[in-house]
Amino acid sequence: MALNTPTKPADPDYVRVRSTATADSGKNLLDVKALKMHFPLTQGIIFQRQVGAVRAVDGIDFFVEKGETLGLVGESGCGKSTTGRAILQLYKPTAGEVKFDGVELTRLGGEDMRKMRRRMQMIFQDPYASLNPRMTVGNIIGEPLEVHNLARGKEKTERVQELLRVVGLNPYFTNRYPHEFSGGQRQRIGIARALAVEPEFIVCDEPISALDVSIQAQVINLLEELQDRFKLTYLFIAHDLSVVRHISDRVAVMYLGKIVELADRVDLYERPLHPYSQALLSAVPIPDPAVESKRKRIILTGDVPSPVNPPSGCRFHTRCWKAQQICSEVDPEFIEHEPRHWAACHFPGV
Amino acid sequence: MAQQLLEVQDLHTQFFTRDGVVRAVDGVSFELAAGETLGIVGESGCGKSVTALSLMRLIPIPPGKIVKGSIVFDGADVLKMDDDEVRGIRGNNIAMIFQDPMTSLNPVLTISRQISEALELHLKMDKSEARKRTIELLDLVGIPSAKKRVDDYPHQFSGGMRQRVMIAMALSCNPKLILADEPTTALDVTIQAQILDLLKNLAREFRTAFILITHDLGVVAGMTQRIHVMYGGKIVEKADTAELFANPKMPYTWGLLRSIPRLDERRKAKLLPIEGLPPDLIAPPPGCRFEPRCQYRREVCREKEPELVHIPNSKPDHEARCWGTQQGGWLVDTDWRKEVGDTRVLEEIKQEVAQLPPEPKPGDVPPAPTAI
Repeated sequence: MALNTPTKPADPDYVRVRSTATADSGKNLLDVKALKMHFPLTQGIIFQRQVGAVRAVDGIDFFVEKGETLGLVGESGCGKSTTGRAILQLYKPTAGEVKFDGVELTRLGGEDMRKMRRRMQMIFQDPYASLNPRMTVGNIIGEPLEVHNLARGKEKTERVQELLRVVGLNPYFTNRYPHEFSGGQRQRIGIARALAVEPEFIVCDEPISALDVSIQAQVINLLEELQDRFKLTYLFIAHDLSVVRHISDRVAVMYLGKIVELADRVDLYERPLHPYSQALLSAVPIPDPAVESKRKRIILTGDVPSPVNPPSGCRFHTRCWKAQQICSEVDPEFIEHEPRHWAACHFPGV
Repeated sequence: MAQQLLEVQDLHTQFFTRDGVVRAVDGVSFELAAGETLGIVGESGCGKSVTALSLMRLIPIPPGKIVKGSIVFDGADVLKMDDDEVRGIRGNNIAMIFQDPMTSLNPVLTISRQISEALELHLKMDKSEARKRTIELLDLVGIPSAKKRVDDYPHQFSGGMRQRVMIAMALSCNPKLILADEPTTALDVTIQAQILDLLKNLAREFRTAFILITHDLGVVAGMTQRIHVMYGGKIVEKADTAELFANPKMPYTWGLLRSIPRLDERRKAKLLPIEGLPPDLIAPPPGCRFEPRCQYRREVCREKEPELVHIPNSKPDHEARCWGTQQGGWLVDTDWRKEVGDTRVLEEIKQEVAQLPPEPKPGDVPPAPTAI
């Protein structure tokens, strides 16, 4: 995959359409099964004993097909970032399987894992915190090339310049430091760093939420262009539902450590089955007073419960207007209610 | 027009830094009637928060200074008051809700102490009265079991609950005006919906005037009667809410509306970002502040700054700061929804224009286009 051979000419009218054929595991780049990520809570100073756990991710199943974008939405603290990091093995998952291109990542050792890391990268939320302020842009983008023995010396410099050009920055910026750039430009540097090792899969962890409105669109467009050009697969984590609708092929909604609904983009936004998805969608303000005055808003009461001690049964039952006896007793299964439309609810439906 | 509650005239707030003078607010004028809700929209660094802080005289001096202008609130000029007089208004007649409820509450004081402080100071209540009123206020903003929670510290509340506390504090002295500076930006969508709902009901109930400052066009769409769009320290467009969304008249506003994906978007079209970066307010562009990023710019935009004037084909109180859309401009008949910024189409138009024989343009619009 050479960086300087664009596969698709820049066409502003190009509307991205992808087949929505049913899943077959051969196409899946990533398979996540029963993934759990618990963080222990300890007490005591020297002899620490575990008194509980933050169940940040508590048993989730999903797959990501090659070349698609899976959006992962939810409110803060629902475990979406933890999911991204647990997939890349930046955290060691408590339980469950993460299969990347058929290889089980949770059992890989240091060297094997490092080799796999070349194929999966991450773009972080805060471009002010995720770039080392004491490294030049050239070093930041060049470091992964050295770590993975991809390029050295002059070749490295050329690659870095090429990468800067790819993300829309001036290739002669290599000797500058991160503080000389604006937020949007820094995020481009972060993207160039992720692209340096020619990955197949990128976890985008809220890549635009720290940016200004007018800059967000620039970065979204860049991510889409790069996806088409380099056949990338994204796991796009965000709390902004409008952005996720725009960029994703399929969308998963998380609540308190579980995926409550997963469906193709249009299905999820037009016909959400889970009450939480319905409430979440209705809460997003639409920049159009005419539409806004006609919309019915579902206002949830209360806050998200603590993941240390999640509610019994369905985790959403404490805030759900449809909740009945069974909801507080039995945890609903994550079932395919319609083709490619999964939801975990006892009373799904519009 | 009826008696205005607030009249801001030609407000200039500047910050004197080592690198130069930052003209954060550069000639802002607007007025607000009692009970009205106004939205101020803009990106970070456009001067919207500094405008709000100037109204409260909360600009740190130095480095900041209100250089010029007047702020007449309820008949008195806030800028001519001495510190004691301002303190009498601040928190009493004008209250503010800040963006970040985590940092704007004092972590070492209980909620009850923080709210009753204002009550004791401004309304001269005694301790037990103030406490009673505090509990009522917390009830009003929807904090469950307010009686028990009134002695809690801020860290015992969640983000949404803290913002409710902030709102209770703002409401405590029955202010005539509440400035809400990004009140929901730090909150999750479902909590944002709760808070916006609360603000809307309170505004209706108490007939308090609101200024809602935000970068989120969606938030102001459902909340306000009028909207002012700010860019680079200036108001670039003023209109009532429905009009602004239906018939915006400033390329910057077009850009904002086109660059955000909408929740109800059906077609997966490409977003049209505004290229470039917001202006440096130490050395702003000489003409129109938006000129360097504007795809419709012409020579005149760089040379002379447009005034905020009424725009043809719009409602009477609709004003914008743009050479292109004002009387005789080249964007008067442009339908922003159709103008998708497709560069290929623009190239074709350019070629067509190039083939046409030169024609003298009517009116006061000067020379040939540099870009269409």
